[in-house]
Amino acid sequence: MSTVIAGVGMHPWGKWGKHFVEYGVVAARAALKDAGIAWQDVDLIVGGETVRNGYGGYVAGATFAQALGWNGARVATSYAACATGAQALDTARARIMAGLSEVALVVGADTTPKGFLAPNAGERWDDPDWLRFRLLGMTNPAYFALYARRRMDLYGATSEDFAAVKVKNAKHGLANPMARYRKEVSAADVLNSAVVCDPLHLLDICATSDGAAAVILCSAEYAAKHGLSDPVKLAAISTVTPTFPNTVIDMPLLSTDAGIPGERTFKQSIGHAAYEEAGIGPEDVDVAEVYDLSTALELDWMEDLALCGAGEAEQLLRAGETTIGGRIPINPSGGLACFGEAVPAQALAQVCELTWQLRGQAEGRQVEGARVGITANQGLFGHGSSVVLTR
Amino acid sequence: MTSTPVIEGWFTTGDAAALIGTRCTTCSTVYFPPAGGFCRNPACDGTEFDSTELSRRGTVWSYTDAQYQPPAPYIAASQDYVPFALAAVELPEGLVVLGQVADGFGVDDLKVGTEVELVVETLHTDDSGERTIWRWKPVA
Repeated sequence: MSTVIAGVGMHPWGKWGKHFVEYGVVAARAALKDAGIAWQDVDLIVGGETVRNGYGGYVAGATFAQALGWNGARVATSYAACATGAQALDTARARIMAGLSEVALVVGADTTPKGFLAPNAGERWDDPDWLRFRLLGMTNPAYFALYARRRMDLYGATSEDFAAVKVKNAKHGLANPMARYRKEVSAADVLNSAVVCDPLHLLDICATSDGAAAVILCSAEYAAKHGLSDPVKLAAISTVTPTFPNTVIDMPLLSTDAGIPGERTFKQSIGHAAYEEAGIGPEDVDVAEVYDLSTALELDWMEDLALCGAGEAEQLLRAGETTIGGRIPINPSGGLACFGEAVPAQALAQVCELTWQLRGQAEGRQVEGARVGITANQGLFGHGSSVVLTR
Repeated sequence: MTSTPVIEGWFTTGDAAALIGTRCTTCSTVYFPPAGGFCRNPACDGTEFDSTELSRRGTVWSYTDAQYQPPAPYIAASQDYVPFALAAVELPEGLVVLGQVADGFGVDDLKVGTEVELVVETLHTDDSGERTIWRWKPVA
């Protein structure tokens, strides 16, 4: 039993000021249309939970099902911080592969506030996500900045390198109708923007956005029966947790575990598990969508996915190898740099982009001949994901 | 004015201030913030912990600063916001602990590998007086 991507759809990212359900329904209908499958035929819906939209957000699967019109489908809702979309997809895959469902709609949508993401209100002295703000003033960009500074001190990365990631991704996103920011950015723009957390400038750090993404996943048998020819295959979904001791500092924690580090860091293990499950290696990858919460994190992810060795990402970047047309294009969608983060939708948006890339439908940003794509992302509290798609 | 730790039981005060960790009595794994209940080593079912002071010195794993005032529940020390630096510090016990950097020091005073020492300084003032926090200070 294997699963394939029957259809994908998105609501454009932006700041639209609407309810998250509206974004989700637009994305879901787009994905159904793309698949040529009627909503009444879908027998499983999995929603990505949003934590900022009240009860309807906590039961997102049912909320979207009702909005689309109750059709009797089985329902699930997933939450895994930034990896929510991938975990939702994994849930759908598991039921399909078990033969319990045939065709699933997986959808995530969010509306997000402006500025720093802050914890929920109230005094919570046992919640690390609250304590990191109260005791240390440790914002999300401060964590990103720790990783960025480490690249500079260990590998000689420069602010100009980080700016070059933004310039590249801004260029990639120009032709993407789903991207929020479609404007060329110069290195000077980045370097002249305010420093938020040294060494990261405002334009090194991704925004938060409204947006929605949806995927129709089905069994290969269902696809064949319904005339979907040569669909993109879902070759792996890794949602591994860390192994003890986790010795790299992770948002929102104040410390790491103590002990001798294992063979792989958490982020390395996310990608490793995806390669193992897909039966491929990093040398097989044609295109990658990675979580550029900051420009510097894109460089970290290239190494964590073993697309190059430790400390080598800047060389590939400088040589233009990570630009469309280069050896291993990274974030042809424009990445979070052009989208901003819409948490429960983001991992699904990565899958949408790779699907378009592998079908040859990524107009204006196509990675020619792409047959294998990988995603990577990491969220709070031991969550992360990597999805491999093949053609 | 009284001066009390902003959080109880996480660090000692005085000349040789130190972080207070816990050590599993079964497998000896050290935890900070102090942990009780169940040992998080997957190979250990320990439930008893001893309190242990962590090394006062460590080396910088990485560092940054907060050039804009962080959102609540952060409480700024003064009306006019003064940026501060932050450091992740590797201790000999094998863990990395975040902290603000001592008053008067910034990112220009730090490198990956810089040796730092724990100090206790005022984080902010509330109705009960000064509330203190641990900070990392570069060793001259």
